[in-house]
Parts: sequence; C-alpha cells; structure tokens
Amino acid sequence: MNHLPLIIKREYLTKVKNKSFIVMTFLSPMIMIALIAVVAYLSQLNNNKARTISILDETGLVSDVFKNTENTTYSILSNISLDEAKKQVKAKEEYGLLYIGKSSDTAQITNAIKFYSEDSPSLTIISSLENKLEKKLSDLKLQQDGVDIEKIAASKTRIDIAQESFTGEKTSKVDNILKLAFGGAAGYLLFMFIIIYGNMIMRSVIEEKTSRIIEVIISSVKPIQLMMGKIIGTSLAGITQFVIWMILGGIMVFVLSAIFGIDMAQMQTPQQEMMQQAMQSPELQNEMQNVMVAFFKLPILNLVIAFMFFFIGGYLLYSSLYAAIGAAVDNETDTQQFMLPILMPLILAVYVGVFTVIEDPHGTISTIFSFIPFTSPVVMLMRIPFGVPIWQQVVSLLLLIGTFMFAVWFAAKIYRVGILMYGKKPSYKELYKWLKY
Amino acid sequence: MNDLLVANSVSKSFGDFKALNNVSISVPKGSIFGLLGPNGAGKTTLIRIINQITMPDEGQVLLDGSPLKPSHISDIGYLPEERGLYKSMKVGEQALYLAQLKGLSKQEAKERLKYWFDKLDIGDWWNKKIQELSKGQAQKIQFIVTVLHRPKLLIFDEPFSGFDPINASLIKDEILQLRDEGATVIFSTHRMESVEELCDHIALIHKSNKVLDGKLTDIKRQYKTNTFEVGMQPQRENAQAILKAISEKFEVKPATFKNLNDDLKLNIKLTANETSNDLLSFLTSKAEVHHFVEVVPSANDIFIQTVKNN
Repeated sequence: MNHLPLIIKREYLTKVKNKSFIVMTFLSPMIMIALIAVVAYLSQLNNNKARTISILDETGLVSDVFKNTENTTYSILSNISLDEAKKQVKAKEEYGLLYIGKSSDTAQITNAIKFYSEDSPSLTIISSLENKLEKKLSDLKLQQDGVDIEKIAASKTRIDIAQESFTGEKTSKVDNILKLAFGGAAGYLLFMFIIIYGNMIMRSVIEEKTSRIIEVIISSVKPIQLMMGKIIGTSLAGITQFVIWMILGGIMVFVLSAIFGIDMAQMQTPQQEMMQQAMQSPELQNEMQNVMVAFFKLPILNLVIAFMFFFIGGYLLYSSLYAAIGAAVDNETDTQQFMLPILMPLILAVYVGVFTVIEDPHGTISTIFSFIPFTSPVVMLMRIPFGVPIWQQVVSLLLLIGTFMFAVWFAAKIYRVGILMYGKKPSYKELYKWLKY
Repeated sequence: MNDLLVANSVSKSFGDFKALNNVSISVPKGSIFGLLGPNGAGKTTLIRIINQITMPDEGQVLLDGSPLKPSHISDIGYLPEERGLYKSMKVGEQALYLAQLKGLSKQEAKERLKYWFDKLDIGDWWNKKIQELSKGQAQKIQFIVTVLHRPKLLIFDEPFSGFDPINASLIKDEILQLRDEGATVIFSTHRMESVEELCDHIALIHKSNKVLDGKLTDIKRQYKTNTFEVGMQPQRENAQAILKAISEKFEVKPATFKNLNDDLKLNIKLTANETSNDLLSFLTSKAEVHHFVEVVPSANDIFIQTVKNN
C-alpha cells in the first residue's frame, strides 16, 4: 500500500497549521522590514540634523571649497587665534572646528590640519572634509608646478573594455556582476533552505521519537516511506513559506516606497549628495541599459532548469541526512556532534563559491567542487550563469542523484534502527553497526 | 488450519547480541495468547518481527498460512508498550490519519470512529488536542486506533498500564468481546493476574529462548504437585495427635489461607499411589473438614519457577 501521499499531506498540514510557523511566516518579513525602516529612519534623523562646522584657515588658500549644503553650514572664521576659536565653537555648541594651520609650503599644509570637536565626529563627515581638502590641495600643488588644471580635467578618460568571446558572444563587466549576483543568490538561497528546513525535518523526527508514536506508525508504514513523506511534506511547507515571504516582501517594498518615496528623495546625506550627482551622469544611465541587456543575455532557460534540479537534488541529499540525525538521537541537544559533518561541506561550498567562482568560474577548483556531490549544488548554481557546458551539468547532476540515492539508503538504515532506540546517545561506531543490522 | 500465527525457528541478532534464538510459537485462532518473559527476554523483538518492523535473520513467520507480506499490515493491530500520539494534533484528525494508514478509507474510518467514540463515551474529544487529555484518556484513543480496522490479529503490549481499575476492566471487557467476535489476541504483560484471567495459551521467553509454551491449563497440570490445601476443625485436645497421624502418612506443611474458623491449616502432598479421595476419607475419619482444595500453581508461580530454573 502506498501511504506516501497521506504522510506528505499530514506532514504538510501539521507544519502549515502550526502556530509558530504561521507567526514566523507572516511576522518575520514585517519584522525585517520594520527593522530596516527603523534603522533607515534613525540614520536619516541623525544625518538630517543641521550642523555648523567652523573653519579656521590660517593659510587662506582652501576655505573657498566649503559650500553650505542643506544640513551643513560652514562658518569661516578669521582674525582669531586657535584657542579663541575653540572656545567660541564650544560656546555656540557647533559640530566642530576644522583648523588649517599656517604653513609656508603647500606640501606641509597636510600635516597642519586638525579637527576639534566635543564628541568624536562621524566618519562620513570627516571623509567628506578630507575629500574636499585633498582635491583642493592637489590642485594647488599642480598649479604651483605650472600645470594647467583644465587640461588635466579634460584628459581624464574612462574605459570599459568591450569583451567578446571567440564565438562572437559579447560580454562586459556588467554582465559578470549580474552573473555573480544570480549565481550567488541561487547558491545562497539553497544554503539557507537546507539549513532552515533540514533542521525542521530533524526536529519533526525527534518529536515522533519523544512522543513515542513512532512504533505505532512504523507498524503501518515502511520507515523509508515515513522518512520520504516527512522530507517532501516539510519541503512543500518550506516552499509555501518562501513564496509567501516573496509575495509579502514584494508588497511591502512597493507600499513602503510609495509612502516613503518622497521622503527618501528629500533625504540629504553626504553619500546621497554624491549619489545624486552620479545618477545624473549619462554614464550611469548607460549602465542601467547595459544591465537590462546583460540580463537578457543570461542563459535563462538553462538557469531555471538547472536551478530546479540542483536545488531539489541538493536539498534532498542534505535533508535525508538531517532525518538520519534526528532518528539517531533522543533530543535536540544531542544533535551537535552530528551537525558538524553536515555543515562543513555546505559552508565549504559557499566559500568556494564566493572566493573561487568569482575569480575564475571555470578554473580547476571551481570545476572540481561543482562535481563533488556535497558541494556541487551550491557551486554549480553559482557557475551556471557564466555558461557551463551541458555535459558537465549532466554529469554533476547524475553524480548528485547517485549520492542522493546512497544517502537515502544510508539514512533509511540509520532511521529504521534509530527510531526504536531510546536512552543512549549513539557514537559514530554504533551508527556504523546499525548499518549492518 | 487452526493456528492464525505460526513462528518457525525465528532468530534475530543485533550485532553480537542474540535477541531471539530459534523461537517457535503457534497462536491458535480465536485464542488469547500470553507472551510472557522477564524484561529484555526478547518479547518486543518477536512482536516487532510479527509487525514487520524488523526482519528475522532466520526462520519464518506465517499469518493465516502465508509468509508475512506488506499487505498483512492491515490484518494486524498493534498497541506497543512504548506508545504515544502526536501531541499537538487533534484527536479526530489523528485517529483518522492512523486509520487511513492501516488501509481504511476516510469515510469508513469516520463511521467506525463515531461508533467507538460513542461506545466509550468520548464523543466530545474529537476536536481536542492530545496534550489536553490525561494519560488514561490518551490510552483510550490509542486502544481505539489499534482495533479500529478490525484486524484478525491484535497484539497488546502491556495494554493496562496507565489505566485506572475502572478503565482497565472496561478495556479488558472490550478485548474479550473482540476475541468473541473472532479476533486472535497476543497479549504481552508482566501482570500475572491478568494472564490468569485472560489467557488460554501462553509462551514464556527467557534469555532469547522459548522455555515454555502450551495451553495454560495443560501447563498448570504439568506444574501441579498433587498438593491439597486442607482446613479442619479437630477437637482442641486431639489436634496434636491428628497432626501427628497425618504427618506420618503424608508430607505436610503448614498453610495460610483465610477462613472463618480457627482451623488446622495444612498443605498436604499426596504420595504417588494415592488419590485425593483416599486423602479426603482419611481426613474425614479424623475430624470435620471445612476446606479441601487442590493447590493449582498460579501463572506467577510458574513464571518465577521457570525463570529461576533456566
């Protein structure tokens, strides 16, 4: 008798109807967004505070670069000693005092610049001041050496090397960044999915053991059916949760941007000043177009199909191991010793993906790890946007499926024996013995 | 074909430990079969083999004449000793789920559950969660789930643990009724008084071996010692003389039993060539006899004696 659909249904409904699952599903995206909103709001509050910075420029050379913005007012002091200036700034409760000491040589000015303030100043303000000063001082130095600044500005060149493969496929830097983003997102998604829902499967196996219902169930169904039902049911619940998260996330981003959109445009922080300038440049608009073009050049069909297969294969491989761990122990605290061997290859896969695939998507290391079954789902998913030959994908997938079947066999053995074992924490040696029962 | 279940020379090892060694049992149709043995003897392993939870290393188990196969699952109802239910699932949903796993259709399961819930007067529990019920209440649900699919063979492992006397006797009556309706029951327990009360056949497993089996009355006959429990009321002055006279002729031990009179209470063992009537006529010639009963070994005595001897 095939009870698999029945078991899947129960596992799915129990998960989905569980209160903490519902709360997690609907609350966590809200909490996430609320957190982001709070942080954004707070930093906006901080940056929006109007502040005055006094400048005491004893050289008289640089003070003209400080132009007031909406939030920052620069007051230029003159004919005043440093001590008096400090007192004055403190008395007026201004943000701080920028002091440019007297120096005969422009080269020496750099060493005579100091910023005085009550509290330690914000990093963005300091770097904004530094930028202004650096630019002005290098201009001054160039002028001293008799160089025409206008000519230098005119000579600035920007280069995007156009890339083209021998088969005539055009690529660019933007393409690569987009590929990385897609591959990285797919790999990371799989990683998260395995950890979250693998744990859920493990807990549900432990729950059946501790509530002692297990013997009743397996007098009706084969342990492997129960295990597969659990894995599939929990995965479906997981997919449901993910889909809801995506929809909710989408809605919220839309709503938030509608409400705060205007506010955001008005936000004036030093970074955004720069951003806005950059946005208006024709270069960036050009880039946006490039991104769109690059997106449509991705092997989208390959990506989608490979994502489905590697995602399912990788997830099933790991979740059967999680089920085996759940069966081997009595309670969650005992799972620690078995978790490490599972997490290691996963983390390794992410590291390989992040460090080597970016550097060289078709290099030896990336290629090898995209064949090893425990790392292949993550690494291969990261490589595919860069174009992986179909035979490599197929071989890797076959290896993955083979390993998955072995893992299910292994897990089922452990599961079959483990679910009826109570009271002792098994060692690896004992697990090995169970395989032979 | 009189035996519903036959186990032929079943052996099972776990690593170096031999849990069952060449065990054979035959469970007659319509009987209540007591599967007895000290803790760790191998009873649960045998039960799990019958339920196809574990496979025997050697030997074979036949149900209704054919070797065990997956379709037999719906012919067996098993109440394990280590039992439990999904704590956060509702009673009704859970019972439906477990019944469907045993092969009932949803509709069928619903109707039968309604019948049982009415019978045990627990209809209002349908939407409660298991964790809201007491242990005894959960046991009732578990019992219903075990018998719901009307299996030919029912296996109860310590079915009365966790029940108060009222519910225990309720469940006992249900078991007897199921037997009368044609089910065969395997009953594993340490409570010898319920063995005495319910079982007509027993098998005793000790240290992985079967050491005893058969009809309970036959076994008792085997273990009887031809001893009679006697209560007499002699005249006070010749009590000593009578005791002496009996002792010369028979093997006598003092006995303890409850009686209205302040009797001479004795356990008297017959010699090989005498019958109980010989003893009785000898005794009546000495004094008035109030009490004359053959000492039948209890299941408890047999259990302890067999386990000690092995």
